[in-house]
Amino acid sequence: MILAQTEGRPLVRWDWIFDHLDDIWARTLEHVTLTGIALIFGFAISLGLSLLAIRYRRTYSPITWVAGLLYTIPSLALFAFLVPFTGLSLLTAEIGLVSYTLLILIRNIVAGIDGVSPAVLEAAFGMGYTSRRAFWDVQMPLAVPVIVAGLRVASVTTVGLVTVTSLIGQGGYGAFILRGLRRDFPTEILVGTVLSVLLAVVFDLLFLQIERRTAPWAHRRVV
Amino acid sequence: MNNLPKLSAVPPRSAMPDAMIRLEHVSKTFPGSAAPAVRDLSLEVPEGEIVVLVGPSGCGKTTTLKMINRIIEPTAGDIWVAGVNAIATEPHVLRRQIGYVIQQTGLFPHRTVAQNVATVPRLLGWDRPSIDDRVVELIELVGLEPEMADRYPAELSGGQQQRVGVARALAADPPVLLMDEPFGAVDPIIRARLQVELLGLQAQVRKTIVFVTHDIDEAIQLGDQVAILNVGGVLEQIGTPEDLLREPANEFVAEFLGTDRGLKRLSLIPVHALDLDPGPVVAPGASKQESLVVAERYEVDWVAVESGGELLGWLYLAELENGRVPAADLRPFRTRLAATATLKEALNAIVTSRAKAAAVFDDDRYLGMLTADRISDEITQ
Repeated sequence: MILAQTEGRPLVRWDWIFDHLDDIWARTLEHVTLTGIALIFGFAISLGLSLLAIRYRRTYSPITWVAGLLYTIPSLALFAFLVPFTGLSLLTAEIGLVSYTLLILIRNIVAGIDGVSPAVLEAAFGMGYTSRRAFWDVQMPLAVPVIVAGLRVASVTTVGLVTVTSLIGQGGYGAFILRGLRRDFPTEILVGTVLSVLLAVVFDLLFLQIERRTAPWAHRRVV
Repeated sequence: MNNLPKLSAVPPRSAMPDAMIRLEHVSKTFPGSAAPAVRDLSLEVPEGEIVVLVGPSGCGKTTTLKMINRIIEPTAGDIWVAGVNAIATEPHVLRRQIGYVIQQTGLFPHRTVAQNVATVPRLLGWDRPSIDDRVVELIELVGLEPEMADRYPAELSGGQQQRVGVARALAADPPVLLMDEPFGAVDPIIRARLQVELLGLQAQVRKTIVFVTHDIDEAIQLGDQVAILNVGGVLEQIGTPEDLLREPANEFVAEFLGTDRGLKRLSLIPVHALDLDPGPVVAPGASKQESLVVAERYEVDWVAVESGGELLGWLYLAELENGRVPAADLRPFRTRLAATATLKEALNAIVTSRAKAAAVFDDDRYLGMLTADRISDEITQ
């Protein structure tokens, strides 16, 4: 639709890109920061809630219900709802971004812990592990592949969502997309979109590497 | 339970110094179940012996084993391990003194073989060099290659994993070892090898072992004593395999031991346990008359020829013609049975030999002759 209006004009104005490298770099940092903060806080909150859910099973349903509810709220509506309370701020953006990570992360942390073989756990207790030590020494490390899988999905989702926060004055690459739309300038839209996709891929690969480092055992099999 | 004192000052009630594990009137009823899984079970395991718990499914053998290290809490009764009241000991303290091997190995997938073996020493806070030395020692003890130390469990075969499981259980040199169907998941050939290895290992380490299996042959092979349990954790009989096979206490035990009970006994008795008869033996140069007398005494139609402790061979009386017993050109005894062979092997040798007898040797020294009748006498006496 937008691209259709570009007759006679080049789709990508490379000179604009070269003139705005500083701007692109600044937005990259912003995008990474917004995503990073969301993942760090999202993971911390999810871990806490997961521990609660694992310790007290009855809390698992209500916790995932609330996280699921948050997940279903359209992001636009959520940011609009928050602005009167927290303004056009980083806090507003992060409240939204963090909320959207919770469901995926909590589910994967709990599934990862639950997925530990009962035989392994029985052996651990049989050798004299206390519950606490078994949790941190056995259950958590064995849950790493599933937990990191959750982080990969959450990071890709978050990178995409960050662009929406351009509407409340944040946004990383989203700022390019928004401005491009307003000015009917395809180059800027494309730059914002392509870089956002690339960043999602980078986060995905980063977590894949982290998983390979922290769970090397999951990648070695009978030769 | 956990707020009780760590070690009980109360001495065992019926203190028997050589019982390493003692269960006194132990019962277990699982929540939501009307019938007890184990009912009023009393059992003693002498130090340094292997006691095998065997029985059909639902007999509570695994429940019994897991009550000893309190993976399952008994509902009633007392359990003593190495003179300590297990019920009054903190579970994790108790368990660090009890080696534990389970069927699915329960190896930590995220730890290397060496790290797995080091588990209990680490929990006990051993220093690093001691742990490293111990790991090397154990990996060798259970017959694994040293370079396997840095592999992950998923990189090992089932038999190797089970060896690591045994090494891990022995790591802190616990007096007691609990083994829950440890060889149940490996194929029969590997299982047979692991069984032999376990006996070899036990000859070195002399642990007090409680071993659970549903395989009566495994029980007979491994157990110094075998406890046969019936559904509901009822102890039907406990005794040496030989005792059980000779005198099953009741119909259930007899049936569980199988219809080939006699044959199973044969595999337990070594040839040297019998007083061997020299058999129909004559010296070279013996007369035909002399040979006939000897053969008649044994009701056979042949004689063996022996000279100075060496068995030269045998021949049919019909082959003697009119001459004397020769020293050469005799039929050889194809099956030379070692004195350490079992009666089962002896019987096999006998039924496949033309003379219907097996010559028994201790190295090269001739000890005597074994016949099917002689074996039958031994079994029925």
